[in-house]
Amino acid sequence: MTDTLRDAWVIARKDLSIEFRTRSAFFSAVVFALLGLVIFYFAWDPTAVSVTDLAPGVLWVIFTFSGLLGLHRSFGIEIQDHAIDGLLASPISRESIFLGKVTANLIFVAAVQLVAIPALVLFYNLPLGDVFAPLIAIAILAAVGLVAVGTLFSAMAINTRLAELLLPMLSLPFFVPIVIAASQSTAKLLSGRPVAEAGAWIKLLLAFDIVFVAISTLAYRFTVDD
Amino acid sequence: MSSKISAGGGPIVEVAELTREFGRRRAVVGVSFALSAGECLALFGPNGAGKTTLLRVLAGLLRPTSGDARISGIPLPGGPPARARVGLISHRNMLYEALSARENVAFAARLYGVSDADERVEASLQRMSMLERADAPVRSLSRGMQQRVSIARAMVHSPQLVLADEPYSGLDESGARALTTLLRELRSSGTAVIVVTHNLSEGLSLATHAAMMQRGRFIRYEAVDGIDAVAYATSYREALAGD
Amino acid sequence: MPRSSKTKLPWLPTVAGAAVLATVIRAAYFTPLEAKQGAAQKIFYLHVPAAWVAFLAFFLVAVASGVYLWLRDVRLDRFAESSAEVGVVFTTIVLITGPLWARPIWGTFWAWWDVRLVSTLFLWFIYVSYLVLRGAIDSPPLRARYSAVLGIMGAFLIPFIHLSVYLFATMHPMPIVGKPSKPSLPNEMLLTLMLSLMAFTLLYFAFLRSRYELATERDAFADTVIDDA
Repeated sequence: MTDTLRDAWVIARKDLSIEFRTRSAFFSAVVFALLGLVIFYFAWDPTAVSVTDLAPGVLWVIFTFSGLLGLHRSFGIEIQDHAIDGLLASPISRESIFLGKVTANLIFVAAVQLVAIPALVLFYNLPLGDVFAPLIAIAILAAVGLVAVGTLFSAMAINTRLAELLLPMLSLPFFVPIVIAASQSTAKLLSGRPVAEAGAWIKLLLAFDIVFVAISTLAYRFTVDD
Repeated sequence: MSSKISAGGGPIVEVAELTREFGRRRAVVGVSFALSAGECLALFGPNGAGKTTLLRVLAGLLRPTSGDARISGIPLPGGPPARARVGLISHRNMLYEALSARENVAFAARLYGVSDADERVEASLQRMSMLERADAPVRSLSRGMQQRVSIARAMVHSPQLVLADEPYSGLDESGARALTTLLRELRSSGTAVIVVTHNLSEGLSLATHAAMMQRGRFIRYEAVDGIDAVAYATSYREALAGD
Repeated sequence: MPRSSKTKLPWLPTVAGAAVLATVIRAAYFTPLEAKQGAAQKIFYLHVPAAWVAFLAFFLVAVASGVYLWLRDVRLDRFAESSAEVGVVFTTIVLITGPLWARPIWGTFWAWWDVRLVSTLFLWFIYVSYLVLRGAIDSPPLRARYSAVLGIMGAFLIPFIHLSVYLFATMHPMPIVGKPSKPSLPNEMLLTLMLSLMAFTLLYFAFLRSRYELATERDAFADTVIDDA
């Protein structure tokens, strides 16, 4: 088990080194998120909808779509020069490869959110109050689910003819429960309800994460072993 | 210098009636051979004959459909223990272009759990004369240099079996010389090697055994000792023409 | 496998067709009108069985996918493919009849609080992605493996959609004009419903079988093309 985690970290470090070298996917995702915030702002009539009603939807939709940008490149780097064969021919387990990529993607998504969430608060004058900590918890849970499913589908989509189209198409139905749960719980928190009322949604997110991290990890080997 | 996992005396590769099918397409059919430590098999054949597929099965990238294949006694699919003993050189270099040569080789060292990784990485790079540009991103290197890095990467864990799929392609003079020296050294240190090549004379001079493959089968398999190079070349041309 | 000759009537589609016809006639003429909903309620006898088949078909896709990953028998993949194509058609019927029924009864075309309807919508999304995925992969073994993974993932998604919509609905009660509580069906209607369910299930198997046979013939033809190459 520790071998798997250690090997996964070797993979994650490698992916992050590559991303850090070029930074292009990160900047694209950040710019996309910021532009999304701007566009939604101008599409908004503040007299009709309050900021605490608008913000959750905007945040989680942007989170989802900017996440997809990062996910595509996760296996994109392995396709060049068949680097994936190098991983598959090595002694590390398939689960380590998957978990390593999930870890790298999670860090990527977290990094984008570290820019996007403060930008949202700033651009929209969102009164956060003391919901900051629960909000981060929701963001982490949502990110785990998104990344688990997205990484699996990214591994599959990369080997198909319509890779850029197929990844969102396959993933988005699975992202819906995440977005619903994250938006609804964020909305409850922002309108000053006690955390307990968002409890059901947070439990849903947790259950989703547990189930989908498990089955995605188990399913990964079927996308590579022949 | 290199500590090799002991082969225990038996053959390093043993293949019996190995078959690999893709749906109805039979890429490898009933292939049988064995290689012991220090032996080298040169594998010739037209494109599409199944040479790459055979190597990919031995490397653990594909499962056998039927038949028996063992790496150091471990039956395939052998999982991590079998894959740890094999080094794969392909004409796709399997490198990460954004990383440097050193980083690519070091990454491989970590994947294979190599002890004394730093030293082994340097030694591997040096053998392929890649120390000088070891820190440049791989994308800035020439094709020949990339191939050298790829070879250094495949060797860093001192595999018992080296599978080289057209390793000379893209190499320049000095790279080719370094590779030939390396392959000879590997043989004398007890590594088994399988080389796929279109270059008959190069292959026959390196190898102890030679096989000719066509449509998934070994149509010829013999020891190199006693091969009439001219006759071999003729039968090779016939095989290419007949395909 | 003996081909059904043109002179003999293939029994499954015939029986299924007869059953559907019988059901339609019974539903239209021999089943009483529901008091509150009137004639529009009769779409129920089309909508509910279609939904049953849609989910049955997907359940079978998921099971076939799981067994395929274990046994790697190409017939399981053909079965899954066939069930998915038939299933998507029935799912589309549900999504069309749903709003047609909802509008006169509930005053709205689409009901986000209706857990089953929204789950069916997501079933449709999964079916379509499944079929698009299959269309985007040329290699048959890869296509079979990948679709099998999607089939299984989809099976795990549906309960979460169900739960999300349920939570959403309980937390956001919507102003609805005359949302019906679950009616207890009088025997006449229950019988029609049962008949309808049986007829649609037979229809599903009839379509499934012919689609499966088509897939088998297509693969056999593709194999001869490979052999000749």
